[in-house]
Amino acid sequence: MSEEFEPVIVGFLCNWCSYRAADLAGTSRIHYATNMRPIRVMCSGRVDPQFVLKALREGADGVMIAGCHPGECHYVEGNIKTLRRYHLLKNLLRQWGIEDERFQLVWASASEGNVLAEAVNRMTEQVRALGPLNWKESVIGFDGRGTFSKVESASLVEEG
Amino acid sequence: MANNGKPKFGMYWASSCGGCEIAVLNIGDKILDVDAIFDIAFWPVAADFKYEDVRNYPDGYIDLCLFNGAIRNSENEEMAHLLRQKSKVLVAFGSCAYEGCIPALSNLTTREKTLSTVYLDNQTIDNPERTLPKEVTTVAEGELTLPSFYHTVKALDQVVPVDYYIPGCPPEPEQIWAVLEVVVNALLHGADLPPTGSIVGAGKVAVCEECILEKNVKKITQFYRPYEINPQPGLCLLEQGIVCLGPATRSGCGALCPQVGMPCRGCYGPLDGVEDQGAKMLSAIASVVDVGKPGDDEHQLDDEIKSVMDTLVDPAGTFYRFSMAHSMLRRVRANGNSKKAGGDE
Repeated sequence: MSEEFEPVIVGFLCNWCSYRAADLAGTSRIHYATNMRPIRVMCSGRVDPQFVLKALREGADGVMIAGCHPGECHYVEGNIKTLRRYHLLKNLLRQWGIEDERFQLVWASASEGNVLAEAVNRMTEQVRALGPLNWKESVIGFDGRGTFSKVESASLVEEG
Repeated sequence: MANNGKPKFGMYWASSCGGCEIAVLNIGDKILDVDAIFDIAFWPVAADFKYEDVRNYPDGYIDLCLFNGAIRNSENEEMAHLLRQKSKVLVAFGSCAYEGCIPALSNLTTREKTLSTVYLDNQTIDNPERTLPKEVTTVAEGELTLPSFYHTVKALDQVVPVDYYIPGCPPEPEQIWAVLEVVVNALLHGADLPPTGSIVGAGKVAVCEECILEKNVKKITQFYRPYEINPQPGLCLLEQGIVCLGPATRSGCGALCPQVGMPCRGCYGPLDGVEDQGAKMLSAIASVVDVGKPGDDEHQLDDEIKSVMDTLVDPAGTFYRFSMAHSMLRRVRANGNSKKAGGDE
C-alpha cells in the first residue's frame, strides 16, 4: 500500500455541547483531521451500545462519543449514564480484541471547539497507528473451514 | 419408509448437550400423542436411523424437523443442509440452534486454543505424545476422516434458512407442546401456521414481567457473582448486585431461575426489535448503577464508575452466554495487534 491508511472514526456528538463544539471549531477555522464522521444525537446518553458495535462491525476503525461535561448535561445526567456504559462497554470490547484507543469518550462543551478538534486529531493518530479494523472481512470472514490437520502441535505448545 | 399417511417427524442434534432431547421427553404423557400423530422419520437419540436413510428420502419428506445444536463442524453443517432439503418445516429448536448458546462461547477464543485446552493443556489430560485429532489419518486399511472443526460456531440460520425458532436452554416442555399443537392443527386440520421466521413457544415481554420477586428502585454499587453472596429471598436479584439478564431477555420460561435464587442467564434470547442482547443488557446495567452524581469531580467520577464496572467479571461471557453467534460482532478478533486486546484471558 503506497497510500497512508486513513482511519474512519464514527463520532456521536450530543446536540447541546459537542455538536456545537464541532460547529465552533468550524466557524473558528480550526484545522483538524477529517477522519471523524459526526452523527448528531440529542444526548450522548442516547447512544445505544448497539450503535457502537454496529459501527465497528460495518467498517469504522474507531468510535468516539462526545458529550457535555458531567454536571452540564442538558438532561441532567444523561452523560453520567453514558460514562457508566462507556466503562462497561470498554471492558467488553477489550474481550472482543478491540483496543482501548478505538473507543473513546470525550467531554467537550459548546465553547470547546479546540478540545474537540484536539481529541479528534489525537484519536485519529492513535487509530492510524493501530491500523484498519476491517471487522467484516478480517474477523467475521475469518470463519472459514478450519481443519484439524492445519493445526500444528508445535505452535500450540508455544501458545500453551 | 412407512407410508401410513401420518406426518413425518424428525429431530436432530448438532453441537448440543442433549438437553433439548430430554426437554421433548419432558412433555410427559403427551409424548405418546406425538408418537400417535407423527411417524418418526429421523431421530438419532430415540430411533435407529442412519444419515443414509435421510439422504434417500424425497425432498420435503419430513413435515416437521426440530433441529437442535449449533453449527460447530462440517458434519453439523452438512446435516443442516440435508435436513433443510428434506424438511417442509425446519425449526431451530433451543438456544444452540437459535443463537449459538454455550458452544458459541468458544467464539470468545480461537479454534487453536480450544483444541489445545481440550487435548493438551487441561490438567486432567494425559496425552504424552500430544496427539491432536486430524481431519485425515492414513492407516494400513486406508484413510480415516473426521469432520472439519470450524473457527467460528454458527447458529442454524447462519447456514440454512429457518422457518421457526423455539428459544430456551432447553425450551420449556409446556412451550414445546404448545408449538406442537399449532403444527399438528396446521398439518391435520389446515389451520394457519405462524408467519415464517417467527419466534414461537415464547413470550413477547421481558423475563422481569413474569418474575415474582419484589422489585424496587435499583441502586447497585458493586456486582457479585452468584457464589459470592446469599441473596435475600423474595427480592429482585439485580437489585442485590447479581447480574440477572431478566430485563434483556424474552419471557416464556416462567422466570424459573430467579425464583430459586439463580439469576436469569438470558437463554430465551433478545426481545423483539433487538439485534444484540448483550448490548441491551449492558445498557440496562448502566442504568441501575448508582455511583456518580452530576456535580462530582470529573476524574473522581470516572474512577468511581470504572471501579464499579470492573467488579462485573467477564462481561462478554455474561451478557452473551447464549447469544454469541447472533451477536453483532459474532466472534473475538484473534488477529488484533495490541497486547491489551485479551481474547479469552
